[in-house]
Amino acid sequence: MSALLELKHLTVEFHTRAGVLHAVNDLSYSLAAGETLGIVGESGSGKSVHALAMVGLIPSPPGRIVSGEVLFNGRNLIGMPERQLRDIRGKEIGFVFQDPMTSLNPVLTVGRQIMEPLRRHLKLSQNAARKRAVELLDLVGIVDPDRRLDQFPHEFSGGMRQRVMIAIGISCEPKLLIADEATTALDVTVQAQILELVRDLKRKIGTTVIWITHDMGVVAGLADTVQVMYGGRIMERGPVSAIFRDPRSAYTWGLLRSLPGKITAPGQRLYQIPGSPPNMVHPPAGDPFAPRNSFATDRCRTEVPPLRQVDGGAAGHQVAAWYDLRSAIANQGAQS
Amino acid sequence: MIRFMLGKLTEAAIAVWGVITIVFFVSRVLGDPTALLLPTGASDAELAALRSALGLDQPLLQQYFSSMGAMLRGDFGVSFQHMRPALDVVLERMPATASLAFTALALGVLFGAIAGTIAALKRGKLAEFIVMIAALLGQATPVFWLGLMLILFFSVQLGWLPSSGSGSLAHLVLPALTLAVFVSASIARLLRSSLLDILGEDYVRTARAKGLLPQTIFTWHVARNALIPVVTMIGIIAGELLGGSVVTETVFGWPGVGRLIVQAIQNQDFPVIQAGVAVVAVIFVFINLAIDLLYGFLDPRIRQGR
Repeated sequence: MSALLELKHLTVEFHTRAGVLHAVNDLSYSLAAGETLGIVGESGSGKSVHALAMVGLIPSPPGRIVSGEVLFNGRNLIGMPERQLRDIRGKEIGFVFQDPMTSLNPVLTVGRQIMEPLRRHLKLSQNAARKRAVELLDLVGIVDPDRRLDQFPHEFSGGMRQRVMIAIGISCEPKLLIADEATTALDVTVQAQILELVRDLKRKIGTTVIWITHDMGVVAGLADTVQVMYGGRIMERGPVSAIFRDPRSAYTWGLLRSLPGKITAPGQRLYQIPGSPPNMVHPPAGDPFAPRNSFATDRCRTEVPPLRQVDGGAAGHQVAAWYDLRSAIANQGAQS
Repeated sequence: MIRFMLGKLTEAAIAVWGVITIVFFVSRVLGDPTALLLPTGASDAELAALRSALGLDQPLLQQYFSSMGAMLRGDFGVSFQHMRPALDVVLERMPATASLAFTALALGVLFGAIAGTIAALKRGKLAEFIVMIAALLGQATPVFWLGLMLILFFSVQLGWLPSSGSGSLAHLVLPALTLAVFVSASIARLLRSSLLDILGEDYVRTARAKGLLPQTIFTWHVARNALIPVVTMIGIIAGELLGGSVVTETVFGWPGVGRLIVQAIQNQDFPVIQAGVAVVAVIFVFINLAIDLLYGFLDPRIRQGR
């Protein structure tokens, strides 16, 4: 498989009043065509910012891409003129954003908003675009699509609006679909429906997907590869089964332990990762997670660990850690 | 839609009635106009005779009900001063006020829209700074001072334009310009902040993520939404201007409604006060109605009563 997307040392900063915020730090990864990558991390981990930065969607100023390359189909998106980026956005890279309540324009009909990219990129006529929009709404499971096209976003429920957002995202059959917290604002049953829809769409149109979320549970059912981000860096990355069965980063381990599924007795409290996310204006010197990690060594606090293949792990399972999580947990268990 | 209109019209009728009622009683507090109408030294008998002829000797409530009844038939009484139907006196002044108001509004909206858009799109650049300083000055400058300065420069120094009066296009230029400065400054400031708000909305990011052209994004996604508060402001300003810009009309000797009403108040010319205020209130109410309808056009959520 050849890489559809390859990030090389992407670094993004925001110039704020408090100082320079290091949002994305030397981020490199690649994504094969047809793959579904789940990117997990908490707010401020750089997961959304790096995706927006790739296609020139971060506000600048204050945002600034300091260095790095983003090769999409072999072409570098960083430094590409806005004119050319515009032709890629919406056509070859589709987006689905977090909050369906605010991500659709309240004063334009849903139909118009779906037809916009069709007319712009595929140069469809009004009639052809409308026909295609009906098909798209039907595809994302909206009943009576022809009538619904002439309605406004406020006439749709949250889940329905997110379906509309997905219809917009896939309208031009993009090679890559980036969903940024696409189910976060929805309630759990609707979330399950949307995830099912995305799995179904992947089967039908075979798009490569980057699914950005803070929810490990969502990733488990959707992704081929999981990438855990923290402090603008990748902490761990690997096949979904390896990440869930055999986590090697203390942060991944913490995220997995805080899933509600681990409750075994009534009254038992959910695990919480101690501390709070790092201040990215003054990031920790070494491993960004070290201040919250009880297994951190002195080296973790001073030197950034490189992302490397896990010893004896599954193929493609990589971790950035100086400590060895398995022996650290075993030691801790032995001591207590 | 019909129910919406009927509701709005009912509200409008109540508002106009309220304004007329308040003005009726407040103007009666001004005093007795008969003393002003007769030459000094008129006898008490003469004053009483005039008072009774004008119906001012009747109890206040009776005066109120009879004049309300007459107003419903379109009869606002005869001006004490002009000795002609009060409504005619007021309506005669409307063309002057309307021409000034619409010219000032058109110029103000045009310049304000251009300046506000530049300021928003050139965020943080020198252009924004210049526009905003100019707008601040335009809004803060008293109209009478600006009017006088314009007269001093264009009429006295250069002799290009007449300083006072009406009748030709040249007469309209200075008063319209004076008002337009204030109007455009207000609109520029509001439009800029409204545009900046909308530029930060999620749906504008969605539009950019769709790869739309900047002009499409600006026209359909940004401006469409940013216009809603600006339309409200244009409505308020239009109402104020059509009610007569007393200061500007006075400075430039413009024969408008505003100056007429102020003179009527000074002369205690009750019928003209009432007719003037009624006309202005009706205009105000209809502009508001027009704005409400325009809202519905701009924002489907309002159109559908949500």
